[in-house]
Amino acid sequence: MAKVQIKVGMASCGLAAGAQVIYDEVKRILAEHDYGFELKHTACNGMCHVEPLIEVVTDEGSDAVYGNLESSDLLSIFDTLKAGNIEHSKLIYSNKIDAPENYLLESQTRIVLRNCGVIDPVLIDEYIAREGYSALKKALQMSGEEIIETITKSGLRGRGGAGFPTGLKWKFAYNNKSDKKYVICNADEGDPGAFMDRSVLEGDPHGIIEGMIIGAYAIGADEGYLYVRAEYPLAIKHLNIAIKQAEERGFLGDNILGTDFSFHLHIKEGAGAFVCGEETALMASVEGKRGMPNLRPPFPAESGLWQYPTNINNVETWANITWIILNGAEEFAKLGTEKSKGTKVFALAGKIRNSGLIEVPMGITLQDVIYKVGGGMKTDSPFKAVQLGGPSGGCVPASLLDTIVDYDSISQTGAIMGSGGMVVMDYETCMVDVAKFFLNFTQNESCGKCTFCRIGTKRMLEILEKITSGQGVEEDIAILETLSEKIITTSLCGLGQTAPNPVLTTLRYFRDEYEAHIIDKRCPAHVCSDLLTYHIIADKCIGCTACARVCPVNCISGEVKKPHLINQDSCIKCGSCYKACKFSAIEIR
Amino acid sequence: MSANLKEIVAKYHNKKGTLIPILQEVQRAQGFLSRETIKTISELTDIKVAEIYGVATFYSMFRLKAQGKYTIRICKGTACHVSGAKTILEALKDTLNLGPDDDTTEDNLFTILEVACLGCCSLAPVIMIEDKTYGKLTSAKIPEIIDAFKKEVNHG
Repeated sequence: MAKVQIKVGMASCGLAAGAQVIYDEVKRILAEHDYGFELKHTACNGMCHVEPLIEVVTDEGSDAVYGNLESSDLLSIFDTLKAGNIEHSKLIYSNKIDAPENYLLESQTRIVLRNCGVIDPVLIDEYIAREGYSALKKALQMSGEEIIETITKSGLRGRGGAGFPTGLKWKFAYNNKSDKKYVICNADEGDPGAFMDRSVLEGDPHGIIEGMIIGAYAIGADEGYLYVRAEYPLAIKHLNIAIKQAEERGFLGDNILGTDFSFHLHIKEGAGAFVCGEETALMASVEGKRGMPNLRPPFPAESGLWQYPTNINNVETWANITWIILNGAEEFAKLGTEKSKGTKVFALAGKIRNSGLIEVPMGITLQDVIYKVGGGMKTDSPFKAVQLGGPSGGCVPASLLDTIVDYDSISQTGAIMGSGGMVVMDYETCMVDVAKFFLNFTQNESCGKCTFCRIGTKRMLEILEKITSGQGVEEDIAILETLSEKIITTSLCGLGQTAPNPVLTTLRYFRDEYEAHIIDKRCPAHVCSDLLTYHIIADKCIGCTACARVCPVNCISGEVKKPHLINQDSCIKCGSCYKACKFSAIEIR
Repeated sequence: MSANLKEIVAKYHNKKGTLIPILQEVQRAQGFLSRETIKTISELTDIKVAEIYGVATFYSMFRLKAQGKYTIRICKGTACHVSGAKTILEALKDTLNLGPDDDTTEDNLFTILEVACLGCCSLAPVIMIEDKTYGKLTSAKIPEIIDAFKKEVNHG
């Protein structure tokens, strides 16, 4: 009989989907029955769309994932397993037999996510068993210059969005001589629709910590900070545990592994400000001040945290370091395109079938990401656009889906690679509304330091509100374009410099939608509620009362078996009645 | 109350960049940062009231008003937005009898908070009541969720 491990995916996404109930039930069943299986915690393996899930791993090399689970599914899975077979019901992935989602992993290459969903993140021995901390041992035999040379040769670029070469950034910090230097991990993942960093922090905290220790050794820093969003309590918990374990084992602290290199690492919880993702604002926040960006130069490498040389990288960048040290720069540089090496992690969300976390080699087309790895559209409505890079990014239309994942190719579309949020939109998504959504976000999050960012984004938002409520005039488009240009050229930090991107890309690819709102006073996607009304078609309504029962404001009246009527004055246009009607008797105008 | 504050502030004595962690811990203990609290922190730390107020109003997690007993977080991330988060918010305000600018119910039971992204985009649209997540919502499900939560609290 093979040894069997049952792993329950218990990252934030899994817990939200009900993983705790499944875990408790597995525990109860294993206590009551004589299966002899071992129950394990793990984090997110990326298949968020089928959570809650369990992964069944045997020491004979069989690996199977069961998803969309309910407690009642477990017994039959375990019985079949005990008999030495693989249960087919609820099977999502298997490395032995055909399973519905096997294709999901085919186009992926996992470097950053290699431990996520595989190990129990709070057990350091499971990390060590998968070559954990061996990159640190190797790095400590190298000089700082050799490490920086390796990272430079690998071609790794900053994964936070801008894509600055990591090796070069390290070299700047290395070259600035100082008794005190800092390294910082930017884990202030603020882009709405992005959860890559959260999953890595929750699923493989030691991987990031080890990367930071190596970076600190290379540039000569003795202290570091992990700046983590306060909205990620589980990530903070796992990091705290991991730091303590690393200290106990001598990987962190004074005289690391018997050398004269010492490094201390602290966690700083963010307090909710998107602009703190900008490195100078982040450092102001670590210092306990309002998170306002400062003019560069001086760059952090020269004068950063408390005026000392500082090197800041994002979570995913740090998570690549150990792999590069262990496998060599050449291996890493084999993956990807000429100027973008390695892999990129994306958080797929929106109207895509397989929402979740994926890691693909650079150079893959957006088409393949969405249709091969992502499984295509979730709804019947066809693909309209994919939003990349969050509030700093833009919407890429269907005609440009052959664009490859590479910093420069994506920038050419007007979007940016960004940190990895990829939100898929269909024809039920209004592009003007999406632009308004992001402007509302940046306008709220602007720190107020630069006039055009502070007031310009507000004016742009007001214009978009006018357009979506049917009050737009044709000149509005030109004003949006002028304001965009001014905000981009006069803002100090990345927030303002990129804030107009969502408007500019939607104007570039979906200008007809803006015109429909302005000229025809119509929202083609039926989203902008001021421009639409719900009506019951009397001939089709059989009076089943389904609509009246779901209406949250009770504005639908009518007798049973007789046509109903919507009171337009109190209707909140939520669309519940439209979805509830089985007779297509409700129409949107 | 101020004895409690003294203890919290003392923990950060002689450390750098401590204002934000102090405010976070005080808010965790007291629910929000009152005028009095800010004054006391200022006296204990020698940081000017204006500076503390500046920091407290800059970051969205700090609250200067008393909160309801339970917090409802409504995700306004991109995935939730395109999946109808706005109608969820409207249904919530409607169910809880909140006006357009209110965030706390009259009985001080619930405070609703709009948050940027809860990070479970595959379940969009999502709300969180305390630490429990409710996903794949429709506005029609909101009244029953609130009812069920109230019952659970009453019997719990």
